[in-house]
Amino acid sequence: MNQLDQLESKSIHILREAYREFSNLCMLWSIGKDSTVMLWLARKAFFGHCPLPLVHVDTSFKIPKMITYRDDLARKWNLNMVVGQNKEAIANKQTFPDGALTRLQCCKALKSEALKHTLSGEWERMRLNHTTGEYEVDANKEPYTGVIVGVRSDEEGSRSKERYFSPRDRQNDWDVDDQPPELWSQYKTDFSPGTHVRIHPLLDWTELNLWEYIQRENIPLVDLYFDRGEGTRYRSLGCGPCTSCVESTSKNVDDVVEEIRSGKFANIAERSGRAQDKDDGGGLETLRRDGYM
Amino acid sequence: MSTNSILDRQHMDIVIVGHVDHGKSTVIGRLMADTDSLPEGKLEQVKAMCAANSRPFEYAFLLDALKNEQAQGITIDTARCFFKTEKRHYIINDAPGHIEFLKNMVTGAARAEAALLVIDAGEGVQENSKRHGYMVSMLGVKQLCVLVNKMDLVDYSEAKFEAIKTEYTDFLEQLGVHPTAFIPVSAREGVNIAASPKAEMPWYDGMTVLEQVDGFEKSRGDSDKTFRLPVQDIYKFTASDDDRRIVAGTVTTGTVRVGDGVRFLPSGKESVVKSVEGFSMPVQTEAEAGHATGVTLTTQIYIKPGELMVRLDQPQPKVSRRFRVNMFWMGRPPMVMGKQYKLKVGAASVSAELAEVIQVLDASELSSVSNKKQVDRHDVAECIIETTRPIAFDLRNELEMTGRVVIVDDFEIAGAGVILEALDDTGSVMAEHIQQREFAWERGLVTNEERSERYGNVGKLIILHGEYGCGKRRTAKQLERALFDMGHKTYYFGISNYFEELDHDARTRDRARENHLEKLGDLARVITDAGSLLITTVTDADDFDLERLKMMTAPIEIFVVNLGENQFDNFPIDVALPYRPEMDNAIKTIVDTMKAKGILLK
Repeated sequence: MNQLDQLESKSIHILREAYREFSNLCMLWSIGKDSTVMLWLARKAFFGHCPLPLVHVDTSFKIPKMITYRDDLARKWNLNMVVGQNKEAIANKQTFPDGALTRLQCCKALKSEALKHTLSGEWERMRLNHTTGEYEVDANKEPYTGVIVGVRSDEEGSRSKERYFSPRDRQNDWDVDDQPPELWSQYKTDFSPGTHVRIHPLLDWTELNLWEYIQRENIPLVDLYFDRGEGTRYRSLGCGPCTSCVESTSKNVDDVVEEIRSGKFANIAERSGRAQDKDDGGGLETLRRDGYM
Repeated sequence: MSTNSILDRQHMDIVIVGHVDHGKSTVIGRLMADTDSLPEGKLEQVKAMCAANSRPFEYAFLLDALKNEQAQGITIDTARCFFKTEKRHYIINDAPGHIEFLKNMVTGAARAEAALLVIDAGEGVQENSKRHGYMVSMLGVKQLCVLVNKMDLVDYSEAKFEAIKTEYTDFLEQLGVHPTAFIPVSAREGVNIAASPKAEMPWYDGMTVLEQVDGFEKSRGDSDKTFRLPVQDIYKFTASDDDRRIVAGTVTTGTVRVGDGVRFLPSGKESVVKSVEGFSMPVQTEAEAGHATGVTLTTQIYIKPGELMVRLDQPQPKVSRRFRVNMFWMGRPPMVMGKQYKLKVGAASVSAELAEVIQVLDASELSSVSNKKQVDRHDVAECIIETTRPIAFDLRNELEMTGRVVIVDDFEIAGAGVILEALDDTGSVMAEHIQQREFAWERGLVTNEERSERYGNVGKLIILHGEYGCGKRRTAKQLERALFDMGHKTYYFGISNYFEELDHDARTRDRARENHLEKLGDLARVITDAGSLLITTVTDADDFDLERLKMMTAPIEIFVVNLGENQFDNFPIDVALPYRPEMDNAIKTIVDTMKAKGILLK
């Protein structure tokens, strides 16, 4: 087995473990490359099927192509697609692009808060009806007790301390000082009522591993990751107003792999195009403790 | 880099351990800096931050990404860093040295294929130098290299280095551990990390740390060992028009091929591998160690998640409810006797209890205490564990990976250990319970024969078994009605319904169910001895469940009516009924069989 085979097998093992142990399980799909690889791994784990609901938090500021891509793939792969949103903040223009909040406050409102209340079932969930092709209010209001998230250890400091199975308490808090032990493919799958567990199948992957895997498996990605003739592309996807392109002429997966492996990005952090990271001196920790993914 | 080299490129997890303040984080910081593995600008950023806070720059700060950790100045959790050499990509787990954070150290070490153990040249061998050496060997890390750090503070003295080497080698020998090397370094000064220490230590002619790291060997040959696959789940995605019934799991050791005869333990069911399944990959005919895979079988057999799949033509694992383990305890509350824990082995989890503490080992001194009745936090203990149902496992010295257990206490993984020996059931907690119960049993003046004559039946536990919704409750109640109307002494005990509807969470239900079956056994013993026909329902039982009920109600045999598919391997069924049977026929069949077997006398 080579490195990609090892990474793939471990991720699949973790996904299957989560699927067996949690009856209210969902997977976060941000539409970005990481969680799309995770979705692909789920289809591998479950032999072509994805028996888990995929939850996307729509801030309404996502680059429009992302939403089109999301719904196209959801139809093609017959995905159980669930979408949540902070409708109140968006309607009242309480956001950064509207000038009412700082970037970090906006992330907290449109992502962390929206996610928290979507997972708990307190806020309306919209679910894709494959018969009509439209989103409708999801009747299921049960809280999700297991949430699969595509974070990686190499992204930034706080993520390097994550467990594969990481408990969060009722307030979504992450007690980084007192994490459970994790050894020999045995994970924390028991949890007391009121808590939930985040599951991180991609913890061991690096950005380069992901791109090599995308290349090997021919995984379809939104084309924002590639240069479409303007000499720029996105390296990391987020909301339009807070995510900038990098200068790159990589037009396809092969170009990107080369660029990250040995070219100009070999030693530049992936999230350098994400403005909110820089607003927080300690990396994303403040947001992470608050439930940011 | 060519495409070929991606496929060949190796990946390795290593862990760095040692006593607090002996300089682990500094070693990693140096390794990352000297191998050019830091993101651009990171070093400058940390240096600038140190300058802003008027602190001297240290390589250790590179790792202390979390604010609170910088505040305390010690590593509390395993942080993972990536660095690469020409040869490999590494994940290095920085394990905390402080005893309070042992569970974090264990998390880092259990992931690793090799360990670097750091000892301060000035302070010498400390308590956690020894404890970590012990833990690393117990966790199964095969390669250990000792770094004697802070050599700059002892003037690069060869004598100091040799003294530590001698002392620690003696300690490791008691554990049967042979380190790959002892390397003198100064991480702070960057001496002997990536560059040879010719100027500082002309007397040293061994490897640098980097050469040693690249010199660690990848474990290989797992695919040639005996085949084991803990079954994680059985998938059937019929709703998506997929009729395959796939047994899924990760191969821990060995290889299995299409056509191989396989056995599932503890149930003992057998079949033959029909196909190796996968998605978006070429057709496979075998699955080897490390692969998260799935197989279909040539026959329809009923197996449960958690069983161990093995090959018929290879050495078989042990199946037992009692075994001797070497374990360490991380939970704040101690492990005590008489309390129910959950034990996880492979993909299985079962209720377990501590049956006996043989000895508790002081890991830093390797001396033992033999009269303890519990296992305290941070103890390493040899003890006997008993599970409520049999599990399949290997012994640590035969197949290490399937010989490892963890113990969950109140939702937390609190203990972990390796199985040394399988023991037989005699003297088990349940056997003892039954023995005590029977010993205390005082009989009255009325005999069983007199009761039978009056009631027209012998006492018997009648179990209606089948999956959820098969009609067993309806049948049970109708049977009670029919037997009562015929003049028999009978009672329908309906509390097991509670366990079906209690909770959709399988694990909570399983534990409640185990307790219920045990109580049912005791209850049935009394009521059947009183001459009654006790009718109850049980869902999704296996041979072991029925064997246990039979043992608990002995000498009165149990009478089993199965509705729907028969999931039992060997346990004899008295009446087989279809799923949701037609009621009048069902009752008639049961009553006729009870007459034929001499349970109903009139």
